[in-house]
Amino acid sequence: MKRVNLEIVGVGGQGILTSSQVIGGAALKKGLDVYMSEVHGMAQRGGVVVTTVKIGEEVYSPLIGKGEADVVLGFEPVETYRAIEQASKKTWVVTNTTPIVPFTVSVGDEKYPSIEHEIIPSLQKATDKLVTLDAEALAKEAGAAITQNIVMIGALTATDVLPLNESEIKRSIEDNVPKKFVDMNIKAFDKGYQRTKDIMDQL
Amino acid sequence: MKELLEDESGKKILLLGNEAIVRGALEAGIGHGSTYPGTPSSEIGNTFEKIAKEYGMYFEYSANEKVAMETAAAAAASGVRSMAWMKHVGVNVASDALMTLMYSGVRAGMVIVAAGDPSMHSSQNEQDTRFYSQLGNIPMLEPTTPQEAKEMVKYGFELSEELELPVLIRTTTRVNHARGVVTFDDLQEADGDGHFEKDPARFVAVPQNSVRNHPKLLERMERAEKITEKSEYTYSIGVENPELHVISSGAGFNYIREAKEEFDLPISILKLGMTNPLPIDTVKDFIEDAERLLVVEELEPFLEEKVKALAKEVNPSLDVYGKKSGHFSRLYEYNPDRIKDALSDLMEFERKEEPLETEEHDLPIRPPSLCPGCPHRATYYAVKKALGDREGVFSSDIGCYTLGVQDPLNTADYLLCMGSSVGAAGGFSKNTDQQVFAFLGDSTFFHSGLPALVSGVYNQHDFVYVIMDNRTTAMTGHQPHPGTGKTGMGDPAPMLSIEDLARGAGVEFVETIDPYDIEKTIEVFERAIEHDGISVVIPKHPCALIEQREVRWEPYQIDQEECKQCHICTDRFGCIALVREGDEVMINETLCVGCGQCAQVCPFDAIKQEGK
Repeated sequence: MKRVNLEIVGVGGQGILTSSQVIGGAALKKGLDVYMSEVHGMAQRGGVVVTTVKIGEEVYSPLIGKGEADVVLGFEPVETYRAIEQASKKTWVVTNTTPIVPFTVSVGDEKYPSIEHEIIPSLQKATDKLVTLDAEALAKEAGAAITQNIVMIGALTATDVLPLNESEIKRSIEDNVPKKFVDMNIKAFDKGYQRTKDIMDQL
Repeated sequence: MKELLEDESGKKILLLGNEAIVRGALEAGIGHGSTYPGTPSSEIGNTFEKIAKEYGMYFEYSANEKVAMETAAAAAASGVRSMAWMKHVGVNVASDALMTLMYSGVRAGMVIVAAGDPSMHSSQNEQDTRFYSQLGNIPMLEPTTPQEAKEMVKYGFELSEELELPVLIRTTTRVNHARGVVTFDDLQEADGDGHFEKDPARFVAVPQNSVRNHPKLLERMERAEKITEKSEYTYSIGVENPELHVISSGAGFNYIREAKEEFDLPISILKLGMTNPLPIDTVKDFIEDAERLLVVEELEPFLEEKVKALAKEVNPSLDVYGKKSGHFSRLYEYNPDRIKDALSDLMEFERKEEPLETEEHDLPIRPPSLCPGCPHRATYYAVKKALGDREGVFSSDIGCYTLGVQDPLNTADYLLCMGSSVGAAGGFSKNTDQQVFAFLGDSTFFHSGLPALVSGVYNQHDFVYVIMDNRTTAMTGHQPHPGTGKTGMGDPAPMLSIEDLARGAGVEFVETIDPYDIEKTIEVFERAIEHDGISVVIPKHPCALIEQREVRWEPYQIDQEECKQCHICTDRFGCIALVREGDEVMINETLCVGCGQCAQVCPFDAIKQEGK
């Protein structure tokens, strides 16, 4: 099998570590090799978080180079754009549209770009393989905004890039979230999955 | 992480490098573990914290890395397998003990894990800790993956016993914080029941003993020179008659190996596992008939310079590429792109994917910041209010509170290392007319702020010593410390009082205040500034991340009719839940934790809790 490279980006506190563990856990269960890099320490205090997940028969390093991602999964639109050089024409770019404005903007040092008028149009110009979704809204429909990360996992699964199917990922969600929140997270997964399938059908 | 205690040989599990290190120690029957937390090593301690008791070993968070090294050394001298681990700069703190420990050596195996942080993801420098292995004559292993980290820790105990020397395992962020598939071997029962057999000639480092022990160390390292030639962690892969020879160690090896597989490169790689002592014969054999050699190692040319010296002996015409040739930099961690950039100058290969072409946007930077509800923000705000128009010099320290360096607080002017705030504050106070503050946290105070306090009182320094007590070691993931009343094993402990320690050191002005009461905090700082000599102020409030696990407060909102858009809340206080759009300020309800600090800052009472 061809190795699959995922670049998952967002902001500290968005549940990115849990997401990568859901994917990695499912891959291990299927007997595949997995290698991931995580971010711990200072950046977790609201800084940029970049996690790489690589899956294959044998994986040698935990990082990927420019243009080498099969999917760039962005939990925050500006962070998706910051990581865009990891994508090529073959890459699915899947991004949440809900902004998290850094404090550098609030204190007036920096400007946050318009997602609707600047970031998304630029992404559309750069690639045809783009999925944008309001993960926060979908998560709230599923029961709580905190399930945004699982909405994004649903969206990722829908791209069919992973060597893992829907039920394998769902089993891994059950392994990785507290029991009482499993139903809500499965609902969140379905919402992200379905929305992405709908978008892909129209492309 | 109870899974780490499963005695199921052959089981495959996805582990963080740091968890794999713990498993390696468990498979070696570790009896004693000690550390002071520091990224990227912290999860080793976090993991032991959860399992040490059930496994049956002793584990402690020591007050600092030097103490961690010394307790582990004594355990190993008493016949108990021990491990001490720390971040790279922690080795500096522990180095005084370590350099002489090499003279006396150990009886049971002792492993030291030194976790480097190239690129400084969460560190004040990116020093190449491998040089300690030469400075102290320490046998050193450099793992490349979580699996190898586990194996090397386990083997490190055996090697340590064979040589009667501690063994250094030098990791980097991309090993400690990489997560990969790790295969379990048999678990061993925890080592224990130590007994210290006295041997002053060996263990008491007075000059007449050290003059005899230093040659013993060199003899032991001569034995290590034979062992390193046969290390199973040193091996070569690749083609015969390669276009390019490569020597590599550590995380850099992963990327060159991957490039070799991906592009089917006609290269041969010698991967070094034990890098002190260097396997000289193995390296000589590898380079003897080579024409071109690339050395791939992060940070300093540690291997490169040695290999060049060996090449002069066996193959003077060898072209050696690396840092000196400009193919690699001594800065920052490597990644697949940096490896390919270096290779593309040396051989032909075609990159597969072109990055997307995109339009330029000025993206706002997103540095880490103090959390909503963080008590440090209120402390900093109060200090600046108390100072008024006077100029303050803010001597900062290592911890979350260093984030005060950012706008709009700007309360960090000088910082070197753990505990440096206090000594530096003394230096500023003796050499300038400025009003000086030292800012450090509770855990850092116990780590190295205490001796500096004693020195400051003795030398009659004059500054405000602010010990920001949030009841935990916050930045590294909330480990207990001597002031928390809990040990690393989860047992109750004496809760050391910072106030009593300061008073005991002879400080006359010692006041504790809850910084959530901003007005009172300002008043305390006003008096502390007036006080001659060292005045200790202890703003004490639990870390917001801990407190928010227990309490839920309603978020605040801004009454836009009452708001006069003075922007004191955003421009002076600067909580990240306060969002400014044009002149209008709003509160992000998802981020706001309802601490109410900003409401105290607002001069127009425009910030209110819903329904109040």
